[in-house]
Amino acid sequence: MPVIEITQLVDARGLSCPMPIVKTAQAVRTIPSGAAIELLATDAGSIKDVAAWCKATSNELIEQTSDGTVYRFVIRRK
Amino acid sequence: MTIETLAPSDPLAGAIGAADGWPEATAPTQTPATTPALAHEEEAEVKAKDFLIIDYSGDLEKTWAAMILASTSAAMGVKTRVFVTFWGLQTFVRDDKRITGENWMQKMMSAMQRPGVSHRKLSKMNFLGMGPWMMGRLAKKYGVASPKELLEVAQEMGVEFIPCQMTMDMFGLKREDMIDGMGEPVGAATVIGLMTDNSVPLFI
Repeated sequence: MPVIEITQLVDARGLSCPMPIVKTAQAVRTIPSGAAIELLATDAGSIKDVAAWCKATSNELIEQTSDGTVYRFVIRRK
Repeated sequence: MTIETLAPSDPLAGAIGAADGWPEATAPTQTPATTPALAHEEEAEVKAKDFLIIDYSGDLEKTWAAMILASTSAAMGVKTRVFVTFWGLQTFVRDDKRITGENWMQKMMSAMQRPGVSHRKLSKMNFLGMGPWMMGRLAKKYGVASPKELLEVAQEMGVEFIPCQMTMDMFGLKREDMIDGMGEPVGAATVIGLMTDNSVPLFI
């Protein structure tokens, strides 16, 4: 399995829609193709929204975990 | 009705229809005809759709919604334009501008309704500013970005804000009254052109 390099952490904890997505989009723009970002969010809507964003922009959601309050996503740039 | 229109346009469907009856005839002829074209168009067209918001009302909550959608749509890689017209234009006047316009009526209009994105009023429950103040407090508490922040993010992400020339003339607004980064003022024909060309429109 290839090693995925997480090059940036996006901390969107405490932010509501649409800021987690906006910050994700801004961060993904700055990383090279194949690299990944880690997104932390507390907005429950981001579970669906991050998936929708990834689908629309054809970036890859490679990991999604949660401890109940904080949602963690790893997104790889296409 | 459908059999009559289908049969003459497609001789093969007509032939099968004559032999086997029309339900079978329509099914096989339609599938190969539409699927390759659809699959091809999905790649080329659905991806390229633009988003056009017509920001008309200037109410706090509608401005907010428009800014949320504009910034999100830009974040999703969709080419996004916001045409600002009528009361919506007041949102894009500089926050520090108090009175705009050239004649007394235009000046009075701006005096009665303070322009600027930070001075929007709620369409209901405004209560002399009590409503917007509470909305602001709640937004802060729940981490909701303000319309001003969202507007700045949207501009940063390449959303085009296009003012309506006619409204600018009617309110006596000049380019220097407006926030930086606004597009060239245009008219209704440009908006209709965008809409009928390749934009999903939203009037708010």
